[in-house]
Amino acid sequence: MDTTASIFMPPGGSTIAGEIDAVFNYILYASTIVFAIVVFSMIFFIAKYRRRGKAGLTSSMDHNIGLEIIWTVIPTILVAIAFFMGFNAYLKLFVVPKDALEVKVTAQKWFWSFEYPEGATSINELVVPSGKAVKLLMSSKDVIHSFFVPDFRIKQDVLPNRYSMIWFEAPNVGEHNLFCAEYCGTKHSEMIGKVKVLPEREYNDWLEANSTVGEGMSLEDLGAKLYVSRACVTCHNIDGKAGNGPSFRGIFGEPVKLVGGSQAMVDENYIRKSILVPQADVVAGYQNIMPTYQGLLKERDVDALVAYIKSLKK
Amino acid sequence: MKDVKMDITAGRNYLNETKGWKSWAFTLDHKRIGILYLASITVAFFLGGIFAMLIRLELMHPGRDIMGPDTYNQIFTLHGAVMIFLFIIPGIPAALGNFTLPLLIGAKDVAFPRLNLTSYYIYVVGAIFGIYSMVTGAIDTGWTFYTPYSTQTSTGVVSMTLAAFILGFSSIFTGLNFIVTIHKLRAPGMTWFKMPLFVWALYATAIIQVVATPVLGITLLLLILERVFSIGIFDPAMGGDPVLFQHFFWFYSHPAVYIMILPGMGIISELISVFSHKKIFGYNAIAFSSLGIAFISFLVWGHHMFVSGQSELAGMIFSFLTFLVGIPSGIKIFNWLATMYKGSISFETPMLYALSFLFLFTIGGLTGMFLGAMATDVHLHDTYFVVAHFHYVMMGGTVMAFLGGIHYWWPKMFGKTYNYFWSVVAAILIFIGFNMTFFTQFILGSKGMPRRYYNYLDQYQPLHAFSSVGSWVLGLGFLIMAVYLIHSLLKGKPVGNNPWGGLTLEWTTSSPPPTENFSETPKILHGPYDYDKIAVEPSI
Ligand code: HEC
Ligand SMILES: [Cu+2]
Ligand SMILES: [Cu+2]
Repeated sequence: MDTTASIFMPPGGSTIAGEIDAVFNYILYASTIVFAIVVFSMIFFIAKYRRRGKAGLTSSMDHNIGLEIIWTVIPTILVAIAFFMGFNAYLKLFVVPKDALEVKVTAQKWFWSFEYPEGATSINELVVPSGKAVKLLMSSKDVIHSFFVPDFRIKQDVLPNRYSMIWFEAPNVGEHNLFCAEYCGTKHSEMIGKVKVLPEREYNDWLEANSTVGEGMSLEDLGAKLYVSRACVTCHNIDGKAGNGPSFRGIFGEPVKLVGGSQAMVDENYIRKSILVPQADVVAGYQNIMPTYQGLLKERDVDALVAYIKSLKK
Repeated sequence: MKDVKMDITAGRNYLNETKGWKSWAFTLDHKRIGILYLASITVAFFLGGIFAMLIRLELMHPGRDIMGPDTYNQIFTLHGAVMIFLFIIPGIPAALGNFTLPLLIGAKDVAFPRLNLTSYYIYVVGAIFGIYSMVTGAIDTGWTFYTPYSTQTSTGVVSMTLAAFILGFSSIFTGLNFIVTIHKLRAPGMTWFKMPLFVWALYATAIIQVVATPVLGITLLLLILERVFSIGIFDPAMGGDPVLFQHFFWFYSHPAVYIMILPGMGIISELISVFSHKKIFGYNAIAFSSLGIAFISFLVWGHHMFVSGQSELAGMIFSFLTFLVGIPSGIKIFNWLATMYKGSISFETPMLYALSFLFLFTIGGLTGMFLGAMATDVHLHDTYFVVAHFHYVMMGGTVMAFLGGIHYWWPKMFGKTYNYFWSVVAAILIFIGFNMTFFTQFILGSKGMPRRYYNYLDQYQPLHAFSSVGSWVLGLGFLIMAVYLIHSLLKGKPVGNNPWGGLTLEWTTSSPPPTENFSETPKILHGPYDYDKIAVEPSI
């Protein structure tokens, strides 16, 4: 259960990691032995039978039933064991315990969003309680992504047309990297996040705080926070330089050119629409890649982002 | 042994018999077509190699080194597409196979010389489409073209997939030609079990080429239809199924792995026997395992999809068959080792590559076990571990065999020797550079570094940097090779008929051979590996 890191594997952070590592280590030892035999005999033969002078006639030995049976049967046994160990552990990865906590995962270019049972949401940070099985119900809004947490030894493709599932249980409190493992375009390598494992009590506090986030905050401050936590920052800068999307600095109250030649005025409604129905008005010079935030932001969050963008004067 | 035949052909050979570019452009001689292929795939290999160096340069540090993410995504796609479709698939069969197959079986040419030339020009047209795609918004999907990304991206998917589609025909034609040639044109007395093992390997490969390639063709055509006419086949936004594409794609592309490796194994059988001067161990086992591998290779495609959501039962069957297909490959390794036992081993350049092959391919094969076992594959899938594994198989295996083959048949092809010292230096640099570059990637991958990442976390930096330095050592090795091979073409010393003391038929004719290959129909006086009965000393 508690696996330590090896030269190859990162430290294990889930209940299943130990079992996967056992399969890994078995194959590692078995193949190291086979490799050593191959290389040792190769070196031995080239040293012992290297040509000295003329080649001459050599032995006519071209088969040996005993030897051939040995080198067929032993590898077959070795791989049969690997196959069974691998299959066994694999089944455990996909048989979800009944009382598992369910989190809905949505992948889209290029961030992860998580919805928890009590209505809390988070982006690029999956928060879970320690010592509890967590089931992830996943789907994608665009292309195929893949949910990968190396410390947990789990990975599952996230598809646009169906749900896929994976589960894990993290026994210890800590933080683990989350990667997108299926190539998905420009920011594939930025589609990374964290899995934060909290003690059960802190997790419950977090859930509560998350569903009431920003209540005591001013709209502008909340907007600045959402700008980062809802991943606007991956595409929009606030320093005036264009990224994948336009910079937010100084756009409010100014006209903007749209694809197709028309113009629009950047006001509250325009921003609101840009966030919720981004494909409606596409800014000239950019691609239509902004994801919709419909359902991901609460009413007050949208207000906050509008207020925040408004506050970014030239 | 005195070279009697040398006098009959009297300096006339396939290279100097006719002159001018037309005599090459319209040649029907399998040897010249082989050389045309060899030149073309060499260009492709260097192009793909440059892309590889750029990738490694960019990955020296996290974040931007020399290019932005979109360019990076295009470059790694081009590296894969060029190396696979333009270099490694046509590589051994179309270049070395074309040159040697008729010589090895004592024939004048392949069965359909015109079809052979046609296949070359189809290759050229395919390559042109590929290059067109590179200069006009190069594709960024990865060489696997996974949907729905490939349906949605704005880059040149159509031209590149069209290129792969066209190249498929070239591959099918070569395969057909070889199958018929092997069936019909063997010299009198050359029974199936007197064929050199390279011929068996080409035969097994040709079967896969003919049977599997059409599936890729249709898949790519469907993808093109979907993009151009918005017919929903793979893209769920149009009602299609993206995983269907993966099934179709791997139904071809896993057997294609054996199109790449089987001919390499064939070459290794020749090299180990000749340079150990020893009868090959387990001729039948090697010959039949090629066919067995070819057959089972059609039934394992699902091992690329353990985390795609396919059913556990399907996964289990695919995992099982994957292990099964590994066993014949393992047996071949033991057969080659046993061939060296009690041999008389010399360390000519081709043998160095054969030994590299044994070392590297064994690692490539064994690391396949980690990926065939379902539980560990879940962790390792789409990480650098996979990248390392297939480079050990494709480069450590196929490319080493290819280089061994080049150095082995070079004197026959051009009638010249190359510099032994520099060829050893290059072989050693390539071996060291290769391991530096790719062994590190096993560790990167199992530590969780995903593949196709432009940027990465700081913790992976030292290993990435080491791998990049390795790629320079590797590149240097290839540069040295380019220099001494060109030098050999221009200034190499002439070489005798049989510089290695081989017993297969190509060594009985002159170097380079005459256009008609043999001055008279060759007689089969002994098996291809009868080093226990006949002593032919090398004639440098
Ligand atoms: C995947 C990249 C991406 C993400 C993430 C993203 N956007 Fe965008 N956004 C774009 C692009 C590209 C455009 C320009 C094209 C368009 O209008 O659709 C854009 C346009 C906009 C505009 C209109 C700007 C103008 O100059 O007219 C607003 C406002 C906006 N986004 C707000 C947001 C907010 C708020 C978030 C986070 C909640 C966000 N975006 C997240 C890519 C992104
Ligand atoms: Cu991704
Ligand atoms: Cu495969």
